[in-house]
Amino acid sequence: MKRKTLFLATLVASVTAMTLSCTSVKEYQKSRINDSEMSLSSRKVEKNELNFQSYREGASGANGGKTGGGCGCN
Amino acid sequence: MGMYCMLLHAFPQATKDTTAFQPRKLKLEEVNLVSSYYTQNGDHSAIGGGIGSEKVTDLANGLELKWVGWDAHARKNTLTVGMGIDHHTAASQAYISKTGASRRTDGLRLYPSLDWSRENEQKGTSFNLGAYYSNEFNYQSIGLNAGVTKKTKNNGEFGLKLSAYFDQVKLIYPSEFEPASGYSGYGGEREHPDYGSSPRQTYTASFSFSQVINTRLQASLLLDVVQQNGYLGLPFHRVYFTDGTDAVENLPSTRFKLPIGLRLNYFMGDRVILRGYYRYYTDNWGLQAHTASLEVPVKLTPFFSISPFYRYYTQTAVKYFAPYEEHLTTDNYYTSNYALSSFSSGFFGAGFRIAPPNGIFGTHLSALELRYGHYTQTTDLVSDVISLHLQFK
Repeated sequence: MKRKTLFLATLVASVTAMTLSCTSVKEYQKSRINDSEMSLSSRKVEKNELNFQSYREGASGANGGKTGGGCGCN
Repeated sequence: MGMYCMLLHAFPQATKDTTAFQPRKLKLEEVNLVSSYYTQNGDHSAIGGGIGSEKVTDLANGLELKWVGWDAHARKNTLTVGMGIDHHTAASQAYISKTGASRRTDGLRLYPSLDWSRENEQKGTSFNLGAYYSNEFNYQSIGLNAGVTKKTKNNGEFGLKLSAYFDQVKLIYPSEFEPASGYSGYGGEREHPDYGSSPRQTYTASFSFSQVINTRLQASLLLDVVQQNGYLGLPFHRVYFTDGTDAVENLPSTRFKLPIGLRLNYFMGDRVILRGYYRYYTDNWGLQAHTASLEVPVKLTPFFSISPFYRYYTQTAVKYFAPYEEHLTTDNYYTSNYALSSFSSGFFGAGFRIAPPNGIFGTHLSALELRYGHYTQTTDLVSDVISLHLQFK
């Protein structure tokens, strides 16, 4: 219960901090933000790396990738 | 080479955009090809109850076609069709038969996918639906998902995605546990005529929030809430007990997972980008994990970059794990799968990316990315992966 509360508090604090700390950025000021290397998602070239990590490690998820539909691999 | 030439001719010549809005039928806008070769070695095979070769190779190829169009309400529609084919070899598969006589040490996996999304740029909203199928000899999976996103007034975006996977695990047991005598396991001299199967379901709610913080910094927070039910082990994974007898691994039929991740991307100066990621993971099997990674793309020119990266991962063992011959026969649940043991891992490597504005050599090949990584676990598992991504526009 205590861990859940701490988890939720961290989540709410992170979202709040991200929202409050931001400054107004106009579209014409986004040349760096819109750079393809600045994408907040995993890149396509990383797809199979994420797959093998999810099979060889016990943890998965929270990376924008698949969370199920695994393989019957060994 | 043939496929490359075909893709170059698949696109019409670029046309100038008109200023007045016109609805447009779906048109092929992008093709992505991703190929990877993976190889690993280790000596803690789950089939051998925690001992034996973990040598695996995997050649994965994925093709993705993306069509984009605008309807009469100026909403952007995107249809994405994907097809993946993997071929793997695994030395340990021979030991599904107790004597190592299983002839099948390789396999093929096919996984098509279909996604449709509709984006309303004026309202800052989007909606998507997706379907996924995966088939290999011992595992089938059907996946469905639906998601929405909503932009905020201050360069932020909330996202919610619901996914469900309905899997069937074929019950291929080690040869000594075959119900009828005379069968010698998967691919053995006498293969079982009908293995039967057991279901597994995975339900996920994925929440995300991304925010542009200033002209150089943006972040996203990702939270997945995952519930799994059904047969969560694999039937050919052995466990050896302290008295020398063996059994098939036995794990609970439910698992609740809670990973939370934070991405932070920072554009430093004019050439260097810092891509940071951290994830905390916990589940009700007792596994906790931390993942941290940093990738540093350096732009040697505006269209050519080199990206070294490092990823560190550490996890605790699940409550049900013990090594070879360390489980007690009185244990309710047991596994010797080292993916569920306590370990740390490191993954490092580098990639490069070329994406000139007019295509590579003036062709429709708009981007090329090559990436290599070397992975080591404290369980002595070592692997290498090399991936190539070609994007055509």
